[in-house]
Amino acid sequence: MLELALKGTKKYWGLLVVLGGIAGVAFLTYLYQLQFGLGITGLSRDVSWGFYIAQFTFLVGVAAGGVMVVLPYYLHDYKAFGRITIMGEFLAVAALVMCLLFIMVDLGQPMRMLNVIFYPTPNSMLFYDMIVLNGYLFLNIVVGWNVLEAERNGTHYQSWLKPLIYLSIPWAISIHTVTAYLYCGLPGRGFWLTAILAPRFLASAFAAGPALLILLCLIVRRFTQFDPGREQIQSLAKIVTYAIIANVFFFLCEVFVAGYSQIPEHTDHLKYLFFGLHGKGVLVPYMWTSMGLMFGAIILLVIPATRRHEGVLAVSCVMVFIGAWIDKGLGLISGGFVPNPLHEVNEYMPTGAEVMITLGVWAVGFIVLTILYKIAVSVKEENAGVLRTRVVEE
Amino acid sequence: MERSRREFLKIAGVSAAIGLGTGPVIEAVAAATGHQAAPEAQVAHHPEALKATRWGMVVDTRKIESAEQIERMVEACHKEHNVPMLEEARHQIKWIWETHFHNAFPSQSTDRISEHLEHTLLPVMCNHCENPPCVRACPTKATFKRESDGIVMMDFHRCIGCRFCMAACPYGSRSFNFRDPRPFIAETNKAYPTRMKGVVEKCNFCVERLAVGKLPACVEVSEGILTFGDLNDPDSEVSQLLKENYAIRRKTNLGTGPSVYYIV
Repeated sequence: MLELALKGTKKYWGLLVVLGGIAGVAFLTYLYQLQFGLGITGLSRDVSWGFYIAQFTFLVGVAAGGVMVVLPYYLHDYKAFGRITIMGEFLAVAALVMCLLFIMVDLGQPMRMLNVIFYPTPNSMLFYDMIVLNGYLFLNIVVGWNVLEAERNGTHYQSWLKPLIYLSIPWAISIHTVTAYLYCGLPGRGFWLTAILAPRFLASAFAAGPALLILLCLIVRRFTQFDPGREQIQSLAKIVTYAIIANVFFFLCEVFVAGYSQIPEHTDHLKYLFFGLHGKGVLVPYMWTSMGLMFGAIILLVIPATRRHEGVLAVSCVMVFIGAWIDKGLGLISGGFVPNPLHEVNEYMPTGAEVMITLGVWAVGFIVLTILYKIAVSVKEENAGVLRTRVVEE
Repeated sequence: MERSRREFLKIAGVSAAIGLGTGPVIEAVAAATGHQAAPEAQVAHHPEALKATRWGMVVDTRKIESAEQIERMVEACHKEHNVPMLEEARHQIKWIWETHFHNAFPSQSTDRISEHLEHTLLPVMCNHCENPPCVRACPTKATFKRESDGIVMMDFHRCIGCRFCMAACPYGSRSFNFRDPRPFIAETNKAYPTRMKGVVEKCNFCVERLAVGKLPACVEVSEGILTFGDLNDPDSEVSQLLKENYAIRRKTNLGTGPSVYYIV
């Protein structure tokens, strides 16, 4: 099927060239980071994880979000999603490629990366994260590819795939749970030390992932012969609605616990994020923007008229995606590190080089996504063509 | 070749059947082929090496008179361990440093602390916890607790620079080499390794000095503010001090079990 990726329109190649250009510039920036060290980033002794790890965390969510089309189709036999499961699976593949790249660019000594395998350490959550992320990548490639190939050949997919498909469903939950466990098991980081972190991660994942999927469906419909379908998009929209409400609800539970108990170790991080602490609050406007976007999106998604209008729905999805990205990508990581364990406020903001490398990883992810979607859409178009000729013949 | 392989398999099969480990198999094969098994590696111990079952430190804050006293400790430590002097605050590396009581003990500070404590800077460093969260978090065992004496150590050559330990440490005791530290070391001490960029480092209770019978560098210049010894030995100086005085440890509510005590 790979040959399908080699035949494309000018727009297709143009997109790949642009993304490749961004990735290329980012790669040069990364070489500079390799040579100089992570000092080219805004990271510090106090905020030792930043933009890279934040993107990683967010994208694990996007990857896990793909399960929201797989689960209804395979477990509840919701036929409509059969049309777009491949889009969920390939989105997960692209997101996981980005996740792994973000971990790599964040390492101080990337050439020693395999030490995680040479000296396996089962008491470290990173050990499990490595297993679940790579496992989920493997599952999605194998399942997605084979089911698509079967579809192309007009046959039923191989029966040995079925257990892997079922396995991929809890596995999707596990990737984001383990990623939350990276944070919520650390003593002395009051902002993360909460049992609701994993559920909250999942809620935001099931909002942001399907929101991106809706946008991708709309793009695919606009630029190709394949229509993912109105019903499919509307069902996804309902999933996004419930998930973003759950995400905001979980967050408000956090706010209540911190705000009512008034334990400084818990309130200080929220205060820093939303009001600033000791006169420092570089993230304050971002956090309020995030809240505004998520609340605004909830209103637009809950009202049936605005949810059903695809133009408005697209706007809502952009709002959900950006809102969740700020919440998890900027606030969650920085917010956990500020104030530091000695209760000092040392802020973090990514540098230009850091943003460039980040954009590059996103570009690589979108190259993977573009190629995989090109293949999937070509198969769908071929099949539709075959059907059309059959109809004409009859 | 074929024959010896078959023999090996035979011996292996037999010893597996009767429940032996692989050690005897290898020995048997080595004996059969005329090779002797290599002798076990021996670690040479310095005759004067200081030993303990749990090293600990007591900081007598009552004896601290000036910030210079602590700066001397910092200087001695950083010189001993080739800690670079970086101008950029973000990139700084600290093994031991000075801070206020309310920073060292954020949840134990009150609005009315003794005037002495309020105006005194305290030395803070790695607490060499009994139950270290950094060791739990490390994915490569690059940071580990030495079982013989409880010192939490770093293998700079194994560290992949993921900085999970820095997120896990509730005391902010760990630093990361955000750039090559070597150009920023004024005078390199050949007795201790320098580090490369991209790895984490922290106080090591001067393991390299204990091994040759010397007390930690900071203790040596502390004018009696710091006392170092075996917490498990009831007759040690640290145990005596803790028996006679009320001492606190940082963030004991987290269950880490710090080995650094502060007499207040």
